[in-house]
Amino acid sequence: MNVHEYQAKQIFAEYGVPTPKGIMVESVDAAVEAAKELGGPIWVVKAQIHAGGRGLGGGVKLAKSLEEVRELADEILGMTLVTHQTGPEGKLVQKLYIEDGADIKDEFYLSVVLDRKLEMPLIMASTEGGMNIEDVAEETPEKIITVPVDPTIGFQAFHGRELAFGLGITDKAEQKNIITFAQKLYKLYMDKDAEMIEINPLVRTGSGEFLALDGKMGFDNSALYRQPEIAAMRDLSEEDPDELEASKYGLSYVALDGEIGCMVNGAGLAMGTMDTINYMGGTPANFLDVGGSANAETVAKGFEIILKNPKVKAIFVNIFGGIVRCDRIANGIIEATKITDVNVPVIVRLDGTNAPEAAEILKNANIANLIVASDLGDGAAKAVEAAKNA
Amino acid sequence: MSILVNKDTKVIVQGFTGKEGTFHASQCIDYGTNIVGGVTPNKGGQEHLGQPVFNTVAEAVKTTGATVSMIFVPPAFVGDAVMEAAEAGIELAVIITEGAPVKDMQAAKAYAVKHGMKTIGPNCPGVITAEECKIGIMPGMIFKKGNVGLISKSGTLTYEGANQVCNEGYGITTAVGIGGDPIIGLSYKQLLPMFEADPDTEAIVMIGEIGGDLEIQAAKLIKEQITKPVVAFIAGQTAPKGKTMGHAGAIVSGSAGTAKEKMEALEAAGVKVVVSPADIGKAVKEVLSK
Repeated sequence: MNVHEYQAKQIFAEYGVPTPKGIMVESVDAAVEAAKELGGPIWVVKAQIHAGGRGLGGGVKLAKSLEEVRELADEILGMTLVTHQTGPEGKLVQKLYIEDGADIKDEFYLSVVLDRKLEMPLIMASTEGGMNIEDVAEETPEKIITVPVDPTIGFQAFHGRELAFGLGITDKAEQKNIITFAQKLYKLYMDKDAEMIEINPLVRTGSGEFLALDGKMGFDNSALYRQPEIAAMRDLSEEDPDELEASKYGLSYVALDGEIGCMVNGAGLAMGTMDTINYMGGTPANFLDVGGSANAETVAKGFEIILKNPKVKAIFVNIFGGIVRCDRIANGIIEATKITDVNVPVIVRLDGTNAPEAAEILKNANIANLIVASDLGDGAAKAVEAAKNA
Repeated sequence: MSILVNKDTKVIVQGFTGKEGTFHASQCIDYGTNIVGGVTPNKGGQEHLGQPVFNTVAEAVKTTGATVSMIFVPPAFVGDAVMEAAEAGIELAVIITEGAPVKDMQAAKAYAVKHGMKTIGPNCPGVITAEECKIGIMPGMIFKKGNVGLISKSGTLTYEGANQVCNEGYGITTAVGIGGDPIIGLSYKQLLPMFEADPDTEAIVMIGEIGGDLEIQAAKLIKEQITKPVVAFIAGQTAPKGKTMGHAGAIVSGSAGTAKEKMEALEAAGVKVVVSPADIGKAVKEVLSK
C-alpha cells in the first residue's frame, strides 16, 4: 500500500525526521489560507497523486506571492497529471500540498528498501539528488552508496559513518545531522512495517540541516492488520477501480492491453497462461488469479470484471484443480454463466482431480460459446483462434 | 531415494487443530505421511486425527522425536511459530501460511539459519516425495514416483509441471514448492545441489517467475556445479512493469527481475528453457532421451 507525500511527511514528523512545514488542502481557497498560515515568502504548490515524476509533469510549482499560490492551485487542482509512472491516461489531482520553500544548498537521494538478496533493510544514498535513481544506477553506479542494516543489531553509529563519509559530508555538525536523520528513518521503516521509503531529493540547507523535500512510502500489505493508522491512510481513489473491485472478492486482477481474457487459479499459472497466449500469437487482456477456492460466485465475478473491458474477444478459463475438485469448478462455471451474461467464446481447460467428470459436465451443459480444451497448450491455441475469428 | 523427506520422516503440525491444519493434515496422513503429533497451545493432552496434541513444539519434539514441522498457524503467528520450531530443534519447517508480514519472516529466517533449521516457504504448497511423504497442500495423486526433481515458486505450476512429466511417462522424486514471497527459505541455490546428489533424480525442472534474482543465482550455480539436465520455465514474460502479480515477490522493479534476463541467464548456463509452461513435459522427455 502506498501513501501520499503529505501522509509520508506526517509520519516523518512523528519520528522527528525534518521536513519543511506544509498543509494538505482540497480547494483553492484553502490553499491560499494554508499559504498565509505558513507565512512564506516562498511556497511550493504540489499535486498529491501516487506517482513519481510530478515535477516534470507540471504538478509541482514554486509561488512567490499569495496571488501566485491561488493561480497555481487553481491550475493544478483538478488537472489530469501525466507522468512516466501514471501511464498515458494520467491521474486526476484532487489534493494539494502547500509547503514552505526551502533554502536549498544541494540535493541528495536517500531511501530504505528491503534487499531481497541479503534479506535485510538496505539504506541507499547518493549525491545525485533529484535524478531518477535507476538512471544513476545505470550510468554512474559508483555514485550510489549502499548500507545494509541487520535488524538483529539495528542501526549503529558505523552505519551512519559509512553513509556520511560515502556522501562526502565532512563537516562534523552536518555528519551528526545526516546520521540522526538516517537513524530515525530506519526506526520508522521498521516500526511501521514499511516496504520502502524514498526521499528524493533530500536537501542540505545553507545552515547545514537536512530536510526531506519529498517523501514516498510503501507498506507491507500483510502487516496492515497491526498498523491501523497506516491502513487508515489508504486512498481508494488512487487505486484502479477494477483491481479494487476484484480484491473484494479475493481475486487478484491486473488489466493488460490484449484481447483474450484470462481466469486462472494460482499466480504462477496465471502468468504462465498469459505467456502461453502470447507465445501462440494472441494477446492477454488481463492477469486474474481466482485463488484456491474457485466457486460459482468468484468465477461469475471474474467473468464480470473481464467483460467490462470492451477489447475482450474470448475468455480462457484455465484451472488446475488440486484439492478443489474439477467437477465442482465445472458446476461453478455453469452457474456463473447463468449469473453473468457471457457474450464471447469461453474456452475452458480443467485439469487435475476429477477432470474427466468435469469435462462430461461441461459437455452435457450445452452452453453456447463454451469450448472445452484438453490441456494448457490446447486451450491457449483455441483461445487465440476464437479471438482471431471474433 | 529423494531429497529432504521420505516415508520415515517424523512430522508434527503446528496449528494442528485449526480448520486448515486439520483438513490438510488428514490428507497428508491418507497419503502415507508419518504425522506423529501436533501443536496447539492450550490443547495439549488431547488427541486429534489419532495423534497426540502438545502445547509446545519442544514438548512435541521431546515426546515424538519429530524432525519436520508443517506450519499452518495464521499469518500473524508465523514468525513466532518458525522461531519456536528452530529453538526446539526441528530440522525442517514447511510454512504453508500465506500473508505473513515480511518483517516477521526476516527475523524468523535469520533465527532459523542461526539454529541450522531449514525452512520452506512461506506461502507455498510444501514438499512431496512421490508415493512416500506429502508435507503440504498439493494434490498427492498427480505425483507419480519417478526420476525428475522439481522446484517451483508457484503452486499450480508445480502441479502443471508434475502432471506433464507424469503424462510423458516419467515421474517425480521430490517436488518442492518454495513460494513467491520476498523472503523465502530454501531456494534453487540450496535445492539444486541436493537433487544433483540424489542418485534417483536424473533431471530437474525449475519453475521461476519475475521479481528478485534467485533464478539468476541459480543459473550461476548450475553452470558451476550441476551436471544433470535442467528444464526451466519463468512465468511473467508478459507481465507489466511495477505491478505485483499475485505473489508478493513477483514484481519487475525498474529493469530488474524480468523474465527475459532470467531466461537468458539460464540458457547461457546450458538449461533447456521453455517459453510456455505447456512445453515442460516435452522438454523433460527431450533432455532425458538424449
